[in-house]
Amino acid sequence: MGLKTPLYDTHVDQGAKIVDFGGWDMPLHYGSQIEEHHAVRRDAGMFDVSHMAIVDLTGGRAREFLQFLLANDVGRLKSLGKALYSCMLLPSGGVLDDLIVYFMAETWYRLVVNAGTRDKDLAWIRRHAADFSVGVAHREELAMIAIQGPNARQKSASLLSPPQQAAVLELKPFFGAAFGSWFVARTGYTGEDGFEIMIPATDAADAWNRLRAAGVKPAGLGARDTLRLEAGMNLYGNDMDENHHPLESGLAWTVAFEPAAREFIGRKALEIVRRGGRFELVGLLLEERGVLRSHQKVIASGALLGDGEVTSGTFSPTLNRSIALARVPKHPNSTVQVEIRGKLHAARVVKPPFVRHGKPMIEI
Amino acid sequence: MSSNIPTDLQYTKSHEWVRRMNDGAVEVGITDHAQSALGDLVFVEVPDVGRALRAGEACAVVESVKAASDVYSPVGGKVTAGNPALASQPELLNHDPYGAGWLFRLEMNVSADSSGLMSAGAYEKFLADESK
Repeated sequence: MGLKTPLYDTHVDQGAKIVDFGGWDMPLHYGSQIEEHHAVRRDAGMFDVSHMAIVDLTGGRAREFLQFLLANDVGRLKSLGKALYSCMLLPSGGVLDDLIVYFMAETWYRLVVNAGTRDKDLAWIRRHAADFSVGVAHREELAMIAIQGPNARQKSASLLSPPQQAAVLELKPFFGAAFGSWFVARTGYTGEDGFEIMIPATDAADAWNRLRAAGVKPAGLGARDTLRLEAGMNLYGNDMDENHHPLESGLAWTVAFEPAAREFIGRKALEIVRRGGRFELVGLLLEERGVLRSHQKVIASGALLGDGEVTSGTFSPTLNRSIALARVPKHPNSTVQVEIRGKLHAARVVKPPFVRHGKPMIEI
Repeated sequence: MSSNIPTDLQYTKSHEWVRRMNDGAVEVGITDHAQSALGDLVFVEVPDVGRALRAGEACAVVESVKAASDVYSPVGGKVTAGNPALASQPELLNHDPYGAGWLFRLEMNVSADSSGLMSAGAYEKFLADESK
């Protein structure tokens, strides 16, 4: 028996195939993973992401604390409601977790961290927060639903009153706002427009069913994985982990080295590897039939440092081809070989994302 | 979850089905239970014609969006055909696992032992026990 979100019974009633995900009983799909994927690319789908942990940080030194805790700089959060994606690093530079931080109020920031890393994250955050007299509250009483797709915002606005609808539809990308006990943010993990809503657990089933009635299709973790991979977004534990730093995980853009005076955890280690990094995370498009999978060996001729490895691979329902993220030694070639069941197959090195806003971003 | 188990076929514990053809050859596929458990199939690799297979040998691969799974030859024999439609339409395995989604055909070895195959009733009981 795993942990259950407030929507567990709703998923079972609606025909979900339930699987274990990091100790949680979560929906994998409700019939067809591929149909759910297409619903998000073409219309609107929703995911129960209540297993992720919502952590509120409060106190006069909350900003200062986050500037120490996170590799990205919350100093970039100029306006209330703005969100920022960041890694939380170990002193070694390895990635403890990736997260989103929302600027809720001058003395209040909200983090959303991964489910599988929740306990170690909370222990780490609490340990360091004490030095800054920052309060750490794990908001277990909140549920979270991600509504994603070109029609997601319009369809989910119906959950709110007319004046609230107008306000929520005016939210810019990567901004959120509170509506009573609800928090609605224009963020996601699919490469499509949409909202992530954080609401009291007691409201969750009703909201889910009203969204469904508005034509938002329930989608499981299976589609969530193919959507995020098409969007070129990393998955913690696959594409980044404690043994790899962000610069070899496609996340250099999330590390704020400026201002140079900002001391954040992991900075010293990253300064050392900053110029001489030997591996990089790239996108791969399989040129032949077959499916790329994590841990397959990637052979890059011309590389001096041995082989690379697929970190996430799947079949792309949008491109009808197999795609992957892979950590490979830096090399000059535009193709590599991937070993699948003992045979080598050609793959093209591409720059993610593969798909954005419903459109292929690479040539097939 | 109930699944479709035709009574005119035989079954293995690894969820393949076997159909006896009029010419003495056998046709092999995966069961409705197997396709349902795997989810949407996106890639199928069938054995080459002429390949000699031992009973229980991994000889085909079916990949869903999520994972790759081996298919084992239910009996010993020589491959006489692989289903050519699956290269472009792997979803046939989901939609019609006992028909258009067949995987390969075998000419059984003269000495082939098929006594380990299960009847539909035995396979149904096996599934029920497996899900306990």
